[in-house]
Amino acid sequence: MSSTGTAPNTVVELVGVGKQYPGGVTALRGVDLTIDDGELLAIVGPSGSGKSTLLHIVGTLDRPSSGSVAIAGHDVAALSDGRLSALRAQHVGFVFQAFHLVPGISAQDNVAEGLLYSGLPRAERRRRAAAALERVGLADRMDHKPHQLSGGQKQRVAIARAVVGEPDLLLADEPTGALDSASGEAVMELLHDLNKEGATIAVITHDSEIADRLPRQVRIRDGRVVADTRQARTSGGTGADARTDAAPDSAPGTGTDAGAVAV
Amino acid sequence: MRRTALSPARLSARDVFHVGSAGLRGRPLRVVLSALGIALGIATMIAVVGISSSSKAQLIRELDRLGTNMLVVTPGDALFTGQDARLPKEAPGMIGRIPGVEQVGATGDIKQSVRRSEKIPEGDTGGIAVKATTEELLKTLRGSVRSGSWLNKATGRYPSVVLGSVAADRLGITAPGQQVFIGGRYFTVTGILDPLPLAPEIERSALVGWDAAERLLGFDGHPTSVYERSTDAAVAAVRDLVPRTANPQNPQVVKVTDPSAALQAKAATDGAFTNLLLGLGGVALLVGGVGVANTMIISVLERRHEIGLRRSLGATRGQIRIQFVTESLMLSGLGGLAGIALGSLATFVYATTGRLPWVVPPWAVSGGFGATLIIGTVAGLYPAVRAARLSPTLALHAA
Repeated sequence: MSSTGTAPNTVVELVGVGKQYPGGVTALRGVDLTIDDGELLAIVGPSGSGKSTLLHIVGTLDRPSSGSVAIAGHDVAALSDGRLSALRAQHVGFVFQAFHLVPGISAQDNVAEGLLYSGLPRAERRRRAAAALERVGLADRMDHKPHQLSGGQKQRVAIARAVVGEPDLLLADEPTGALDSASGEAVMELLHDLNKEGATIAVITHDSEIADRLPRQVRIRDGRVVADTRQARTSGGTGADARTDAAPDSAPGTGTDAGAVAV
Repeated sequence: MRRTALSPARLSARDVFHVGSAGLRGRPLRVVLSALGIALGIATMIAVVGISSSSKAQLIRELDRLGTNMLVVTPGDALFTGQDARLPKEAPGMIGRIPGVEQVGATGDIKQSVRRSEKIPEGDTGGIAVKATTEELLKTLRGSVRSGSWLNKATGRYPSVVLGSVAADRLGITAPGQQVFIGGRYFTVTGILDPLPLAPEIERSALVGWDAAERLLGFDGHPTSVYERSTDAAVAAVRDLVPRTANPQNPQVVKVTDPSAALQAKAATDGAFTNLLLGLGGVALLVGGVGVANTMIISVLERRHEIGLRRSLGATRGQIRIQFVTESLMLSGLGGLAGIALGSLATFVYATTGRLPWVVPPWAVSGGFGATLIIGTVAGLYPAVRAARLSPTLALHAA
């Protein structure tokens, strides 16, 4: 079934991915990254490290210059724009730092937008949107418009929109970047809960504090993966162990070269 | 993990409508302003076509009322000197015996002038002719009397006169009972006629009864115009027979005319003015289209984040294109609808104030609306293609 021979529970498989932008800027060099079903990981690095480019490529919003990308078993390089769009509609959910809710329409309709390109009829989209809003704890805010919601509530609406299609992979780009610490805390808690229910989530952040509280960290610097705690997780047993083991080794700015693990 | 086949879902027509109108609902003022250009263009065109159609409908209604079955017989030009081109005195009676002829009226020119009083110089005719008339004339012309009464057997013998509408205005006669000075004596005005579109020469005449004209004004009794009305079917046959019947000695000098022909020709033609206004409306429409294109380009620039978001949610390039073309179509379609309403209203106001029938031709409405849809598509195509080509990574950049 899979041409790339990946294990059936592999959601993302990047092999030797490089990305050069026109003008000669190299954003990624030889990145290997595997994300399994049910993982919760952080892709962490300072600005300019290439983590945004990595997010674009994992989210199939951009194509790599070299290397291969397989999302949910589909080789991205072989897909047309239409099929790639369908791949995003069916398999990938996005959460943005700036929320990107559609102004002027209710929270429920905003969440339903997440299913607009799935082919489901409108009534079903709205029904599932209501269920997703309930799931993120906003059952009483269905008819509120974005400007009537707090930042944390907006981000929870955005998360509901991202998970309403039950994607194989949820990509959260600095999900707490525009929030105060209490709201950010609640959002991270929600992501943890969703992960416990089976969602595969990658959080892209520059904040090591947030990254360190996730089971796995992939550290990016200058377009390379300089540390990945996945190895520790697979060899070290439970995810909880991996987190406690890995955190001190890969603290920001210290011994990144020594801690680098090729995946 | 699900491994479903990857094929983008199609948006239903309703979803396309929703997505396309979302951008408009958020910016009502901009919608109004950019649709206004289209609306003005369409309104101009609908109003121009509507007003000209209403006027035509009025002409046709008039023609129906007046009939196209009347012929006027007049003496033509003599071919050589000495030839008597006058119509014989018997001409009206002879014409009346042609099969199919239903009514015959006649007038004869009198070499006299009509004046308000004897103190006005005789040469000052004011362009008003004095004519002897038969009683049948008014019925034949299907004319009507505005005030007073038409000549009858009694008044036709005495010094009484009926004035055409223009003649009455020029003489300053407003009501029957006043007197005018003709041929050295005063005549009493017994009636004033309504306008006669088929016989404008009668509008400019003072009409005296046939007998009185012969007795009092030295009229020679020769008719100068014979008006005959026949059945519609007989018009062509009558036209052939009239010259020989009216003047058997010199049929070649008899002139037969159809006064409704000029009205018919008027109803069939578009004025140059109409075409000019239509052209102006077309230019306004084009400018409106440019306005819509401009609005759409700005809309695409402003909504880069939304486009990126939709791409990340799984919209294909085609679906983004459709969204913006739909938006542009709705923008100009709204303008078109408003324009049709405005143009129809303008036509209605014009028609009611001018007592014309209100006619807005369906081909103008459908043509105008079709034009706005074409303009909407053309104006939206380039912005839509630009929107679809935008990189989907844009949404991820912080706003």
